[in-house]
Amino acid sequence: MKAHSPTRWRFKRPSVIPGFGMALGLTLTWLTLLILIPLSGLAVRSSALGWEAFWSIALDPRTLNALRISFGSAFIAAIVNAVFGIILAWVLVRYRFPGKRIIDAMVDLPFALPTAVAGIALTTLYAPNGWIGQFLTPLGIKIAFTPAGIVVALIFVGLPFVVRTVQPVMEEIDKEVEEAAATLGANRFQTIFRVLLPGLAPAVLTGFALAFARGVGEYGSVIFIAGNLPFKSEIAPLLIIIKLEEYNYAAATGIAAIMLIISFAMLLVINLIQSGSRRRYGYGA
Amino acid sequence: MALDATVQPVKLRSVTTENRIARFTLIILSLVFLLLILLLPLAAVFVEAFRKGASPFFVALADTETFSAIRLTLIVAGVSVPLNLAFGVAAAWAIAKFEFKGKAFLTTLIDLPFSVSPVISGLVFVLLFGANTWLGQWFSAHNIKILFAVPGLILATMFVTFPFVARELIPLMQEQGTADEEAALSLGASGWQTFWYVTLPNIKWGLLYGVLLCNARAMGEFGAVSVVSGHIRGQTNTMPLQVEILYNEYNFTGAFAVATLLALLALVTLVLKTLLEMRYSAEIAASRRH
Amino acid sequence: MEVRVQNIRKEFDRFPALHDVSLDIRSGELIALLGPSGSGKTTLLRLIAGLESPTEGLIFFGDEDASKKSVQQRNIGFVFQHYALFRYMTVLENVSFGLKVRNSARRPAKADIHRRALELLDLVQLSGLEKRYPAQLSGGQRQRVALARAMAVEPNVLLLDEPFGALDAQVRKDLRKWLREIHDRTGHTTVFVTHDQDEALELADRVVVMSQGAIEQIGTPDEVYDNPNSPFVFGFIGQSNCLEVEISGGDLRFEGRSLGLNAEGEPDGVAQLYFRPHDVRLCESAENCIAGQPVSSRRVAGTRHIELDIGNNRPHIEIELPPSEADRLDRNRIAFKPTRWKLFRG
Repeated sequence: MKAHSPTRWRFKRPSVIPGFGMALGLTLTWLTLLILIPLSGLAVRSSALGWEAFWSIALDPRTLNALRISFGSAFIAAIVNAVFGIILAWVLVRYRFPGKRIIDAMVDLPFALPTAVAGIALTTLYAPNGWIGQFLTPLGIKIAFTPAGIVVALIFVGLPFVVRTVQPVMEEIDKEVEEAAATLGANRFQTIFRVLLPGLAPAVLTGFALAFARGVGEYGSVIFIAGNLPFKSEIAPLLIIIKLEEYNYAAATGIAAIMLIISFAMLLVINLIQSGSRRRYGYGA
Repeated sequence: MALDATVQPVKLRSVTTENRIARFTLIILSLVFLLLILLLPLAAVFVEAFRKGASPFFVALADTETFSAIRLTLIVAGVSVPLNLAFGVAAAWAIAKFEFKGKAFLTTLIDLPFSVSPVISGLVFVLLFGANTWLGQWFSAHNIKILFAVPGLILATMFVTFPFVARELIPLMQEQGTADEEAALSLGASGWQTFWYVTLPNIKWGLLYGVLLCNARAMGEFGAVSVVSGHIRGQTNTMPLQVEILYNEYNFTGAFAVATLLALLALVTLVLKTLLEMRYSAEIAASRRH
Repeated sequence: MEVRVQNIRKEFDRFPALHDVSLDIRSGELIALLGPSGSGKTTLLRLIAGLESPTEGLIFFGDEDASKKSVQQRNIGFVFQHYALFRYMTVLENVSFGLKVRNSARRPAKADIHRRALELLDLVQLSGLEKRYPAQLSGGQRQRVALARAMAVEPNVLLLDEPFGALDAQVRKDLRKWLREIHDRTGHTTVFVTHDQDEALELADRVVVMSQGAIEQIGTPDEVYDNPNSPFVFGFIGQSNCLEVEISGGDLRFEGRSLGLNAEGEPDGVAQLYFRPHDVRLCESAENCIAGQPVSSRRVAGTRHIELDIGNNRPHIEIELPPSEADRLDRNRIAFKPTRWKLFRG
């Protein structure tokens, strides 16, 4: 009898199922051609800039303002979506009321509706003489063509993210835990805020991160309502396009690279927080 | 204590819910929020399109430029979606049915387009195929236009819609496991027969769901195609781009008319999505469990 | 704190879970609600807790009508079968929770809460684990945390819903003994629900046997075991055999033959004879005894369980004998008669 061969490093566990090579090959080819090469093209071009050129683009006041507006508006919109997302998810999961089914389906509208359509619709609503804007103008509140308009558009775009990540977690809430809190004397308020919400925090954080990431890069729904004034209400993606139209590929590449780096860094931080919480509290968080 | 034991006891509110006022307030708050952010904008599209009456609406849609925009959108989606569908199935097959190193990394790569701004998604192709690049010059020497032409639009759209089908199928196929396929193989079926007769029926609802979302995004994509399209009227404008052009020319009826079509597409997508979820969530869950 | 359940009826959407249940629980006693699933025992427990409200009837804590009080106001301690610990809080935070959520009038100082929680953890033998999270504990440890948490609020009544149901057999046995010790030390009125009659008999001061929404019998473990007052209780508690017999003139007859057992005072007629497998003695001959053929013989701990076929397609009888006696037996025929039994009619 031959002795057992020592365990070698194996790429793939042997399996009777066919088609691995073909499927993986197809996947990798497609992935490389469509995603990796274009993205590395960006990486190569931005590193070809050289540090000096890169920093001068990065620190250019217009760039900084555009980044500030993009990230800042996305942050505020994501916070709003986090708060209302929790409320919406709570109402959808735990209450019954007429039309709930329809409302639940409508939450996905921002996923399905083209961003340009959302952009012109929101502008029409919140312009000074718009459906809603007309009531706000006499109060001195301007939404369209100001940074506030950007936030409104990003709230629209990010709305489903927190709701959809929180809903499944809420559905899994153990009723007995709520009953336990009640038997210990906690009123509804205390039960919700001290016992249930901490359990939802990871899901809310994930939803927040997704809404934030989406908001940072959003273009179509924002440019109509934004006003697009440099330094005031100009978002970073628009600045990239402007630089492209000026054939200033260097600037466009630089700004894109900065956006990607900051976004990836943030997502990494959020992922770390999440795996840390999983280790402590166990899975199913 | 001599109490009448048939006295009706006090009815206590269920322990796990709030009092009526709180519930009412939360529901109203949610509905107002949704109204302001979701429902009114949707209504605005339809109202503004028909503001000047039904006839200008149809005239706007019959406009030649608009017509070619519709056609172009259908072509772009018609190419991107099937290609990404094929990719999605291949990727899900490799990832779900086999164990190999680097799987998590692969899945992250597949998800990349989601984390990239649409404008950047278009930018990368401009950088790749631009007039001053090696590839760009090769293509123009062969008289093939990529940027500012249909191929560019297709590439940008495929980039953006790349993960949809795969993301839907991978978890589904992972939960279904390999038992069914192994059974079919042991009965003598070939690889293709197994895939066609065993795997496909198992994943059909996830597949439909992924295609639905992929298509909605493909037809509605704006930022990425805006960068690569060149906005050549009648030639490289998809419907979303046409909406922008009409709107910037203050042709609101025209812009909202095209927007109406896109909004209808969105509603149909939502309805189909909900139907799929409702009727077949039991089946999807069951096929996920077995 | 004594608890009085008075004529409670509970219906869930027309499904009757409890019919006219009344029960007096004495202050400081450890009482078990025992029954199969569907007997209504958990429903009764939850009604006492205030997690459900009765369709009809009243519940008193001491002299006060508890029905008007919400669960938060009743000051009870509830332990769930699956622990229901707050997974995002440490063990210490879990145990302190009941004290921390009190309104400022009744809330103890932070230092006192901390001290009390540590004392309780010491009582349940979990000192040193304060900073752990529930996910890092074993099942038995989690249940002890749940108990400490429930006791922290100095409850009027401690209510446990199948507290050991989710645990391994050995852990279950250990925790049973330990629960009795804790109860003896703290003296809380304790009501626990179980479907395991061994557990009820071993732990409780009194046992309430329930079936299909009604109370069958209330008594000490000895009472319900030795003097069951219905076929259900006889059959549910401990092992039992049942034979159809005829009584005539104070004499018990089985299959026409007298069994030589005294049934004086019992009216004539057909009845069910219930007896326990270990309440039998062997006979030398089949005279005045029940004869049967051994079908199987198993060694179970310190006794032999022998299954007998007594013919006529009747259900097999099980008897228990010490191994020394069992080994002397003729393999083909055994004759026995019950030494203790109960007769039920109808």
